[in-house]
Amino acid sequence: MSMETTIQAALVTPLIGAVLIAFSGRWPNLRETITLVTAAILFMLVASLYPEVMAGGRPSLVIGEMLPGLRIVFTVEPLGLIFACIASFLWIINSLYSIGYMRANNEKNQTRFYVCFAIALASAMGIAFAGNMMTLFIFYEALTLCTYPLVTHAGTDKAKKGGRIYLGILLTTSIGLLFLAIVWTWLIAGTLDFTPGGILEGKASNLVIGILLALYMFGIGKAALMPFHRWLPAAMVAPTPVSALLHAVAVVKAGVFTVVKVVVYIFGFDFLSGLGSADWLLYISGFTILAASIVALRQDNLKRRLAYSTISQLSYVVLATAILAPLSIVGAALHIAVHAFGKITLFFAAGSIYTAAHKTEVSQLDGIGRRMPWTMGAFAIGALSMIGVPPTAGFISKWYILNGAFDSGQMLAVAVIVISALLNAGYFLPIVYAAFFKKENEKPGQDNHGEAPLSIVIALTVTAAMTILLFFFPGVFIDLARQLV
Amino acid sequence: MIATQLPILQVILPLIMAPIALIVRSPRTVWMLTLLVTWITFCISLTLLMQVLEGGTIVYRIGGWAAPWGIEYVLDKVGAFVLVIVSAIGSIVMTYARRSVEAEIQEDRIYLFYTMFLLCLTGLLGIVITGDVFNLFVFLEISSLSSYVMISLGKDRRALTAAYRYLIMGTLGATFYIIGVGMMYMMTGTLNMADLAVLIPSIADSRTIQTAMAFLTVGVCLKLALFPLHLWLPNAYTYAPSVVTAFLAATATKVAVYVLIRIVFTLFGDVNILEGLGVQNILMALAIVAMFAASIMAIYQDNMKRLFAYSSVAQIGYIILGLSFASQVGVAAGIVHLFNHAIIKCAIFMGLGCIALRVGGVSIKNMYGLGYRMPWTMAAIVIGGLGLIGIPMTVGFVSKWYLVRAAFEQDMWIIAALIVLSSLLAIVYVWRLVEAAYLKSAPQDAAPISEAPLSMLLSLWILALASIYFGVDATTTMNIALDSADTLLNGGLQ
Repeated sequence: MSMETTIQAALVTPLIGAVLIAFSGRWPNLRETITLVTAAILFMLVASLYPEVMAGGRPSLVIGEMLPGLRIVFTVEPLGLIFACIASFLWIINSLYSIGYMRANNEKNQTRFYVCFAIALASAMGIAFAGNMMTLFIFYEALTLCTYPLVTHAGTDKAKKGGRIYLGILLTTSIGLLFLAIVWTWLIAGTLDFTPGGILEGKASNLVIGILLALYMFGIGKAALMPFHRWLPAAMVAPTPVSALLHAVAVVKAGVFTVVKVVVYIFGFDFLSGLGSADWLLYISGFTILAASIVALRQDNLKRRLAYSTISQLSYVVLATAILAPLSIVGAALHIAVHAFGKITLFFAAGSIYTAAHKTEVSQLDGIGRRMPWTMGAFAIGALSMIGVPPTAGFISKWYILNGAFDSGQMLAVAVIVISALLNAGYFLPIVYAAFFKKENEKPGQDNHGEAPLSIVIALTVTAAMTILLFFFPGVFIDLARQLV
Repeated sequence: MIATQLPILQVILPLIMAPIALIVRSPRTVWMLTLLVTWITFCISLTLLMQVLEGGTIVYRIGGWAAPWGIEYVLDKVGAFVLVIVSAIGSIVMTYARRSVEAEIQEDRIYLFYTMFLLCLTGLLGIVITGDVFNLFVFLEISSLSSYVMISLGKDRRALTAAYRYLIMGTLGATFYIIGVGMMYMMTGTLNMADLAVLIPSIADSRTIQTAMAFLTVGVCLKLALFPLHLWLPNAYTYAPSVVTAFLAATATKVAVYVLIRIVFTLFGDVNILEGLGVQNILMALAIVAMFAASIMAIYQDNMKRLFAYSSVAQIGYIILGLSFASQVGVAAGIVHLFNHAIIKCAIFMGLGCIALRVGGVSIKNMYGLGYRMPWTMAAIVIGGLGLIGIPMTVGFVSKWYLVRAAFEQDMWIIAALIVLSSLLAIVYVWRLVEAAYLKSAPQDAAPISEAPLSMLLSLWILALASIYFGVDATTTMNIALDSADTLLNGGLQ
């Protein structure tokens, strides 16, 4: 298969999957098989692009002109490939998990759930492979819209409210800020193509560049930079598989991915670092990292705590980008990957606890580790990766980010990363401790549960194992990320 | 032979069919005749558009009398484009109309509806194609009078007061227009647009011409419902039969905007009234107020037809804003939004017509659970709603993209921000409908309903898909709009 066909297939496969899923709603087993097969095919397609990109190729696919002078175009480059690999690989695992979760919890409208999921993945692929900013924006908005039915899946008033915040913030930032930035860039630069070295150098005054950068960074609401982070906790009303794949991987990573992409290919990081107008981004992202961690400390609801942890971890990527050192950019790209594996494990564990024990609060988890050893064992690995302790993958990306910070003498960034590691330990380790070493409080009428259904346990074991494996074999991603600089 | 007669056929066909409809009377037959005529006019206007795009402006002399003694029909790019909009909407609305009309209009008056529809179509097409300001007035009155009658055919008794109010305001507008025409005639002795465009610059400083310009502009702004001259519109759209609302929302105001374009860029094209007389600032300010005030009003409406009527007032604001930039990109954005908004609004009102047919009402309470009870209708309305917000891959995105670009080109950053801010208001009112339809459940005692009839759904979905198609591949519409804008800014008709 030629590279163009492969890109095309990667974009279309999830959509075909969505149609087939919609038509097989009456036969759940067939429907779930289709989901799994689609996910597997998608991953194979994405993986088959790897050798070409590693060899320095940048396969490209032009769909056609949308507006006079503006094409819909897809180009595969290292960062996009990393994002696409993770999203498509974890979709397989997450589908396995979804099957166990959705069935065990007797969720309604499961067909709609799987259809929207497949469309969300198609949008994620569109974002990953977008060859210019307009193409990226199209799929960015599509991703927001097709995840809305997933957030409001329960149909309750709480879900409706969560959906409003979700949509409200994501659309407001993207239409209100990002859209302006894109049109303005197009006017100034005359193109929107992602070009190594950027397209804005020498095209506008420093003031305009500064305003543009702010419009981009806050406009990419999916990166959850404060003060536009509230949508992420609000999205936690969704079923856990949604929180796991979309609100720990696909949607949020689409956000930080876009941040890195804009800095590297629209502004060009040499240009930005010479300009010095990105310093404020360092402060904002540093603040977000610490503030979100402190908020996380105080959350008793497990999923909300994870959500705030995600906000904090996303800003690592923004911080690493804002440092504007080659090593830290590599670190940013790596962090997109390693955080995905760690955080999805944590969410899987949270959903597993909910399915088996119907518990949602951190304070209810005393002693649960003995009933659910696999779940809590995986949780512990995920937590360690968040803190950045070897031998988990979280260590690798932090190592690169820290190196980059030292190289460019950004001691503030170093301090933020160190303090944040402590805070991470502060809100994750007590959960692990309580689960394994505290005594279960015996309440009358408490049901005698064990582990969650097998497919859930398999899924979270795989992602936990991957988190450790990535520590020993990070080469796959590092080699790609190095091509960025 | 026939090819050279197309401009006049375009107007004559519906005009002849109107009295025939009056004689035939049988609702079914009349509908079929009207359907036939609308589709023929659509084909003619497409042919004309092709001719104009290839060979430039078409001039047709009625009876062979040369202007300025005879009446000329003149069709340039922007005219041909608007002609296609009107006739396309006409033919699709007619395809949709039969079932809806049977349900909403008394049976013994149905033939009257079709007669009036044909007259209205005649008027609207005539306005666009004529090159004579007085002839334009005649067509304006034909279309206006017939639309008052169509609105008053609504079953709700309030349709009568709505039509009456529109009659008063519309007549005021038309009177203002004709006063303006009279003054120009007094000063120049001609009614031919091309002639006027040549003669006006030398006397542009005279008080009379300036007064004429004021009368013309205000009169036309009444017809196109520019805020705050929009007061007739919400009631008229709300109480008119669904078919009438769908048709008028997509054509009547659009054609009035076309007249404004003619006045500003053709008649007064060489005078540059936009900058010279401060018209630009007035139009821009009113357009922005319309975008916000009408969107906010829309948010608080419980009747969906009224909600989208207010949304129309806001969208007209976008169109006028585009024109008021007086730059190629700005004017092109305005022109392309004529087309885009016509598609979106017609689709939405046709969708509401489907709901009115099946559920019996279009208040927010009627929408509860409709996402599951009438999935196809509701999905099409949501696609329209996304277009109003300006989500990528819908036509609304294209309009907004160029509007914002036009604002940035002139370093009007605040206006660019205001454009996107007001489109955020659209999210609020569109999402009220979405939440009602998908997240509320239907009342327990709701009678079971089926989807709308196929003929209606089909027309609805043609437009819904068109709003996506022209959003994904906007090169055709955008190139026509950019070309038209270029011609308009550099010398009008010729």
